[in-house]
Amino acid sequence: MSINTEEMILNMGPQHPSTHGVFRLKLHVNGETITKAEPVMGYLHRGSEKLAEGFIYTQFIPYTDRLDYMNAMTNNYIYCAGVEKLLDWEIPERAEYLRIITMELNRIASHQLWWGTYLLDIGALSPFLYALRDRETVLDRLNEISGARMTFNYMRIGGVKWDAPDGWIEKVKESVKVLRENIAEYDELVTGNEIFQARTMNVGTLTKEQVINWGLSGPIARGSGVDIDIRKTEPYSIYDRFDFEVPVETKGDAYARYKVRIAELHQSLNIIEQACEQIPAEGDIIHKKGARIMMIKPPAAEAYTRAEASKGEIGVYVVSNGKTKPYRVKLRRPSFVNVSILQDMLVGESIQNVVAIFGSLDVVLGEVDA
Amino acid sequence: MSQEVLDLVVEKVHGFLGEEVLAFEEPEPEPEEEPKEDEKPKRRKKPEPKIERPADLNFGRPMIILDSDKWSVELAKMLRDDEELQFDFLSCVTGVDYDEHMEVIYNFYSTVKDYYLGVKIKTPRDNPSVASIEPLWKAADYMEREVYDLLGIDFPGHWNMKRILLQDEWEGHPLRKDYVTDKKALGLD
Repeated sequence: MSINTEEMILNMGPQHPSTHGVFRLKLHVNGETITKAEPVMGYLHRGSEKLAEGFIYTQFIPYTDRLDYMNAMTNNYIYCAGVEKLLDWEIPERAEYLRIITMELNRIASHQLWWGTYLLDIGALSPFLYALRDRETVLDRLNEISGARMTFNYMRIGGVKWDAPDGWIEKVKESVKVLRENIAEYDELVTGNEIFQARTMNVGTLTKEQVINWGLSGPIARGSGVDIDIRKTEPYSIYDRFDFEVPVETKGDAYARYKVRIAELHQSLNIIEQACEQIPAEGDIIHKKGARIMMIKPPAAEAYTRAEASKGEIGVYVVSNGKTKPYRVKLRRPSFVNVSILQDMLVGESIQNVVAIFGSLDVVLGEVDA
Repeated sequence: MSQEVLDLVVEKVHGFLGEEVLAFEEPEPEPEEEPKEDEKPKRRKKPEPKIERPADLNFGRPMIILDSDKWSVELAKMLRDDEELQFDFLSCVTGVDYDEHMEVIYNFYSTVKDYYLGVKIKTPRDNPSVASIEPLWKAADYMEREVYDLLGIDFPGHWNMKRILLQDEWEGHPLRKDYVTDKKALGLD
């Protein structure tokens, strides 16, 4: 006996708890199999690039916080680094270290929140509580140095805004110890769990060729055996001074991406530990011109600068015409590029795997829509 | 290292197109005027006017500039598939609006060779159009659509050229310099 089926269009979102923002997936399904997937976005579009053209250079920094609000430090950094490249400024040593420590702390917070919410999406409640408990440790440290928990607005063109408060470096060292123990718990709690493995192994498999052709980056690429981490391949800031590894998995499924992110947590802790040891006890925290001049005027030039955010390659293309306002700021947001693969990878998948696959990409909608 | 990559790219592009579109004759430097004895020395030297070379290093990275009628999907395919270049990863697509023309900048990276390349394509401001590379790099799918949405540059050859961030019935392209923001409608006035 054969069962007649017909194609149906199923809307997932814009209001759907597992999209973590307003994102709509238009799914064409035949029975339980997806035949076509169309991501629809733009619900959060605020015109960041247009806003940038109306501000002087320093005024745009707080707006970068609101792109990937889970990893705002790196967004701050990449915009400042893009402008610094045009200005050809040298950043003081201590500022570089503070940048590295805060960026890596933020990467940990970002991966932790992903870990908690991803497991929540596929049906495990308690990891979320563990993740938020540990993320609090990180956010406390970031709050102490920047005065904000998520939208830090901490970096400045030429350095950072505040110096670390007394005893902050010691506190970070303590936190690293605590976090190391806590993160080890994640493996005990989840990684070996049979149900979790059944939900994620061989689900949403991406080949190496797919990853490169679709321009995917970050843990997604490294989960498919692409050994690229901009911190290693093109060391920006002072990343060449630290000893750390780039975790790579070859299977390319959701479980591989999970393993990469967990391993990255440990590597970030290693970097923070080394940075806390090496940081000079005192010194300038901002380039002397950056501290004094509000109306920065980079010479007429243009350049593309890139860095490794927690989601992948983040980049900025700044065009200056020698005036006080940027002529054009193009933001390369990793989630925006990463989300495009859904059109390809969801076809032929069963509808029950959609959330497990979408979650494994770690997409933040503030960044997709800019 | 970067200079060698640039020379290699220029050689390949010239070989492909059969004409030397990236050749550039260096202008002769103007002879420096000797300061007259009774004149006070000028405080600040005038900044030298920037010369745009079609093939040059931009902040240490190779960059070539082409006109949109020279740029084609076949040329892009050569950049991707040539054994010595292998630009397989597309990092970024940027569109910029100038008074007289528009530009699209592709930033490529070779994961095999660890090379970088920027390709800047100039297109006239009325009916701006640049051959799409989406059939070769799927990464260009959303990024080219975004450029079309915000700047109105058409990409013939793209499978699905429509707006992506703004709604379909939106009028105009906000990142164009002559775009008029309706402040009243936004409640800013």
